[in-house]
Amino acid sequence: MNELVFFINNVVIAGSVTGSIYAIGAIGVTLVFSIMRFAHFAHADMMTFGAFMVLLLTMAFPGAGSVVGLPTAVVMLPLAMALTALLAVGIDKAFYKPLRAHGVKPIVLVIASLGVTLILQGLIRLFAGTSSQSLYIAERKEIYRLDLPFELATRPIIVTEPQVILFILTIAAVVGLHLFLNRSRLGKAMRAMSDNPDLARASGINTNTIVAVTWVIAGGLAAVAGTLLSLDVTFKPDLSFFLLLPIFAAAIVGGVGHPYGAIAGGFVVGFAETLAVFNWTVLLRPIAHHFPEWLELPRNLAFVGTEYKIVVPFFILVAILVWRPTGIFKGKVI
Amino acid sequence: MTTNRPDTVAAPSRFPVREVVLFAALLVAILGVYMVMGTAYSTRMLVEASCYAILALGLTIQWGYAGQFNAGVMGFVAIGGFSAMFFSVPVNDDFWGTELPGELGRVLLYLVAAVVLVIGATRLDRIGVPKKLRTVIAVILAVVLYLIVISMLRGVTSEIQSRAGFVGGLGLPAWTGWIVGGALAGGIGYYIGRICLGLRSDYLAIATLGIAEIIKAFLKNSDWLTRGTATVSPLPWPTPGPAELGFTLARAVYLSVTAVMIAVIFFLLHRAYHAPWGRMIRAIRDNEVSAAAMGKDINKRRLEIFVLGCVLMGIGGGALASFNSLFDPQGYLPLNHTFLVLVMVILGGPGNNLGTIFGAVAVYIIWLMSEPLALFLMNLAVMFGEGVFGWDPPGNLSSRALQARVLVIGLLITLVLRFAPKGLLPEKVKHHG
Repeated sequence: MNELVFFINNVVIAGSVTGSIYAIGAIGVTLVFSIMRFAHFAHADMMTFGAFMVLLLTMAFPGAGSVVGLPTAVVMLPLAMALTALLAVGIDKAFYKPLRAHGVKPIVLVIASLGVTLILQGLIRLFAGTSSQSLYIAERKEIYRLDLPFELATRPIIVTEPQVILFILTIAAVVGLHLFLNRSRLGKAMRAMSDNPDLARASGINTNTIVAVTWVIAGGLAAVAGTLLSLDVTFKPDLSFFLLLPIFAAAIVGGVGHPYGAIAGGFVVGFAETLAVFNWTVLLRPIAHHFPEWLELPRNLAFVGTEYKIVVPFFILVAILVWRPTGIFKGKVI
Repeated sequence: MTTNRPDTVAAPSRFPVREVVLFAALLVAILGVYMVMGTAYSTRMLVEASCYAILALGLTIQWGYAGQFNAGVMGFVAIGGFSAMFFSVPVNDDFWGTELPGELGRVLLYLVAAVVLVIGATRLDRIGVPKKLRTVIAVILAVVLYLIVISMLRGVTSEIQSRAGFVGGLGLPAWTGWIVGGALAGGIGYYIGRICLGLRSDYLAIATLGIAEIIKAFLKNSDWLTRGTATVSPLPWPTPGPAELGFTLARAVYLSVTAVMIAVIFFLLHRAYHAPWGRMIRAIRDNEVSAAAMGKDINKRRLEIFVLGCVLMGIGGGALASFNSLFDPQGYLPLNHTFLVLVMVILGGPGNNLGTIFGAVAVYIIWLMSEPLALFLMNLAVMFGEGVFGWDPPGNLSSRALQARVLVIGLLITLVLRFAPKGLLPEKVKHHG
């Protein structure tokens, strides 16, 4: 039983945590992809920027959280989301819009977004340094231990406070996005523009507004994802190149331009990562005496070591590009 | 019928004013560096710049000739560097004198056998197995065999690491490593290109970014093969080293080797660009649909040019690692080995080989000079801040000055794309009358 608890702690919970973070990140990438038709490489640094804003605000008001009973970082999140959304709209105005007006190929926008990545990275590192910092400044990270009502399970299931907040926020973001895209006028206009930009423009949809709204949503979600990641682990300024690949893999697995697909893709990639680095010997050891004599269990039976974690999203990406380039949910943009 | 329309007449050959002015300015800059920093340092700078020029030529044929964006130059450079290390470092007797090479060979044989078995399983439908069942069998077989081989490999490699340190090299001349490095990089590029080149152009950027990080992770963590973070040095040079000739002369000899390499590559690329093959590549870049309508095999041509670019990057990476006489997998950074090369290409002029070489040397000089300059400016700001406001400066000033370079490279990329998308020396498209 204890092995099963170990499995739940290390795979089910860890997988849902990384999966939610990738999913929230991938929604932003896929929205930008579907409206502006380019892969936005600066998304991971927008996540870092959002987390950095939270860090700054938490440093400025360390006691704000105890008033509400939540970690200060979570209380500061809406403000950071607004700031990141503002940054996203500003970046678009300064860097992408002039290029779009010139009618460049999408790949030039990709290169420009890589330039923006470096600018953001340079700015964040200039102010934050390169070391990692915890977002819990005045508080302690709460850890919940859930004891199982079984005789054999002596170890508890462990969930931390940020992970609970993470699950709640992910569900809230997904439901909110669903309502926005399906019920509101702006959301419907966004879907129309992603389906057929020319027709949308001809039927009187203001494409500039849609582009701005897309950036606001992408920036806000990026801030959420970055903050939750930093709450779960620590704030690291130079994470972006390791986040980009899983997020893009998630967006492509789900079908580019397909927000629900991005959520599914995020969880696929997150669980694949945790399953691949999990040491399967732990689960197999209790039933090892049923195996024939010649079959000896090695001590470490993980698919890849944790240091090769980044191979997993790449492998998923390659597999999906080979077998089904449109993604599981038939993306709109190929 | 046969009257020439005015817009298709060949442009009158003019005196290349822009080229002459730019290269004269570059020469002045190089001489200035020689005056200020001394000959040994400046020659080192020129050798590194020439290695970067090879990388930039590789990227300019991918991006400039064919419009393919490779965001993972770093990975191909690292493969070239690894190959140069592996071929040129002296033979490690602690490893070859024991039974470990046999063990390693046995595991590699098992690996080959496993691959053959899995490939065989994917062909089971030829003998009447239903396709779904075949897929299931192939996947399960692949997973099980992978787990078996990987746990055997883990055993052997940790044994090698504890008993012999690392595999060591082959003790061959460095240039063999450069050639094999180019071939390895080309091979990896072939598979990436096969998968991504038929799809949206963004996917290639994502995939190359990923493969670069994977190659780096592999080289960094395979201590048995590369000594990982412990780094391998010194790597022997293909030319007489500084111990025999002194720093300046030895570096100058090395520079002549890389200069000859650049000249050969430049000449071959020039011929290819003006040959029918080059015209076909540009036709595909500028209008894919009409090129396909003319019966050109678009994906095959694209794959050719992508692999060719990767080969050049591998060779350049090998030359760079040999010159630094150090193989440090952690030293391969996206900033230094991907984005710097990108700036060289887009600033110099994508698709224009001369412009690319100009961009490589000019940007590398700016890059090297920016470090003392940034530190100087920071110190000035600190002195000013301390004097006027009594501001307490942060301690790690020099590392923060390095971060400023990230910012500058990013700004350069976006500004060049916005205001000079064709670079300083734009590609000259010839019109045939």
